[in-house]
Amino acid sequence: MSVAQTIRSFTLWEFIGAHLKTLSYFFKAKATINYPYEHNPVSPRFRGEHALRRYPNGEERCIACKLCEAICPALAITIEAEPRDDGSRRTTRYDIDMTKCIYCGLCQEACPVDAIVEGPNFEFSTETREELIYQKDKLLENGDRWERAIAANLAADAPYR
Amino acid sequence: MTAWFESLGMMHGWAWFLATIIGILVIALPLMLAVAMIIYADRKIWAAMALRRGPNVVGPLGLLQSFADGLKVFLQETIIPSSSNKVLFLMAPIITFTVALIVWAVIPFQAGVLLANINVGLLYVLAASSLGVYGIILAGWASNSKYPFYSAIRAAAQMVSYEVSIGFVLISVVLWAGTFNLTGIVEAQRGVYGFGIFNGFGFNLLLFPMSVVFFISSLAETQRAPFDLTEAESELVAGYQTEYSSMSFALFWLGEYANVILMCALNAVLFWGGYLPPFDWAPLYAVPGIIWMLAKMSFFFFLFSWVKATVPRYRYDQLMRLGWKIFLPLSLIFVVLVSGFLMFTRFGVPA
Amino acid sequence: MIQAIAFYLFAAVVLISAAMTISARNPVHSVLWLILAFFNAAGLMVLVGAEFIAMLLVIVYVGAVAVLFLFVVMMLDIDFAELRAGFVKYFWIGFALALGLVAEIVFYAFGSVWTGSLQLAKPIAPVDPSVPNIQAIGELLYTRYLFVFEGAGLVLLVAMIGAIVLTHRQRKDARPQKISRQINRRAKDAIRNVDAPVGQGVEL
Repeated sequence: MSVAQTIRSFTLWEFIGAHLKTLSYFFKAKATINYPYEHNPVSPRFRGEHALRRYPNGEERCIACKLCEAICPALAITIEAEPRDDGSRRTTRYDIDMTKCIYCGLCQEACPVDAIVEGPNFEFSTETREELIYQKDKLLENGDRWERAIAANLAADAPYR
Repeated sequence: MTAWFESLGMMHGWAWFLATIIGILVIALPLMLAVAMIIYADRKIWAAMALRRGPNVVGPLGLLQSFADGLKVFLQETIIPSSSNKVLFLMAPIITFTVALIVWAVIPFQAGVLLANINVGLLYVLAASSLGVYGIILAGWASNSKYPFYSAIRAAAQMVSYEVSIGFVLISVVLWAGTFNLTGIVEAQRGVYGFGIFNGFGFNLLLFPMSVVFFISSLAETQRAPFDLTEAESELVAGYQTEYSSMSFALFWLGEYANVILMCALNAVLFWGGYLPPFDWAPLYAVPGIIWMLAKMSFFFFLFSWVKATVPRYRYDQLMRLGWKIFLPLSLIFVVLVSGFLMFTRFGVPA
Repeated sequence: MIQAIAFYLFAAVVLISAAMTISARNPVHSVLWLILAFFNAAGLMVLVGAEFIAMLLVIVYVGAVAVLFLFVVMMLDIDFAELRAGFVKYFWIGFALALGLVAEIVFYAFGSVWTGSLQLAKPIAPVDPSVPNIQAIGELLYTRYLFVFEGAGLVLLVAMIGAIVLTHRQRKDARPQKISRQINRRAKDAIRNVDAPVGQGVEL
């Protein structure tokens, strides 16, 4: 241990240098955005809250093929289906347990009619656990609410598929 | 105030009792407010040094963030682990919080403005701060859980180790001031050092190293970064607070920050002139002493946050090495130097 | 009035917690009751005007000794059945000892009250209330009792060194960290920048 180093360690030389460094950062401009009031741009491929889409005429897209239920690695999706009065096959129950979901996006990859999609919304925290178990009506409502953004995102991503 | 109550026709004993209760409230309630604001300040300073914004949503500039957090914690469910020792489990945060409050009785905010002007003020501070470890040990033991227990053992060893060097630092201060009374210690710092213009033992070349040792030891004593081994989240989840929730958790939080403010006040009082202005220059005395005191406390709190934002956490053996192998010999040497210097200059002078 | 209330409060708590110390089943509870007893004894000291002794009691016993007790007791794995095994065998010896101690206290306390040398209601510590009792004790310790005091200090020093010598062992097989070496290691001791040629290895 050299003399110079002993002096340096007892005068806290390196500590003082480090503190001056952080002090200079104290006065720098902030690197983060003012989150609840500002948002970063979100990629069209962003996988957020789920939504069930409808056709423009109001008919729901989902045909109850259960491919999403089959592929879901977290077993978060539960589907029950029956033929409707007009003979078309539709779901009677479409639940997603958002506490299980890992947001892998396999359900929307599997869907042949682009019915289940993961939309751009990521601000859906709830106060109770129960609210995170989404039923079909909640998912359809999400689809109606986010349809414009979802359609735009799908269109933006279409050339790469 | 005792005299005022007596003039209302009360017995001396009861008048004193009532006046003391009011004095306690006058100190404790603003202290609670100060703790809330200091948590906010801590988060803001720490965030600024990490180029973040910190809390800025609740209230103007986020000033009400701590109150919102307090309300959230207050509304949470209190969870008591079924295998814990229930009485001790609930008593531990109360002890931590109470001990953090009782020391304030002897801190002088201004000449003559303090709750109890006792002759053994500094010993009282030492005694009360040595009690602080019990809250943590009990929390760790009563939780009946591994991580809190490890944390409690770490905390006990850490606080006992650093109290030794703090004790010697205080002895050198007491030797120079010639009294254990905190007001007396502040008054002894008036305009004697550094060409007679500075107020504060910190400007004394023999005591300046001790002030640095005291500052670092007070970081260890309050378990602030870089010595926050007791709640090292990468190793011990949340340390002794792991099993706590709701109000008992909030009491730990309050007690911890009350201790931090207390250590800031002690740094100011013992080494940097307490309620005296930094220079012994008449116009500066026009500013009330409490303003100087609060300004110094704020400065030291900024230092606490600054260190927290800068230095990474120590390893446990490094912590023990620093306490026992560096601070203890260093403070012992300075006790010898200080008392030698005093013998040399004041020999034969009556105390 | 308030002094009297405080005295009875402190005294009662000391007695109760002392009794709980020896009767508590859990040794950790025992230590905690002991701490409460120390603490209230310090309160009694303050009442008689010996604030220095009170603070020392708290700092030394509550702040250091009891923490170490608690430390040890918390980590011990105590077998209660084994502890109570010899209870009946040693009961009479213990009882006789306790009886003797009680007799001594009674004899001393009542004897001195009867002869008038001890007045219970009067604070005994400070002779002159204007002299802080740290100063009073210091003046006695460093003048009249200087040699005894220094001798006691020397005995403690010898005991401390003795304890270290007896328990310290040099382990040959262990490889402890050399912290000063760790701290003094600089980047230039550890890192060498090499301009590696394309397609060839680097000679280390």
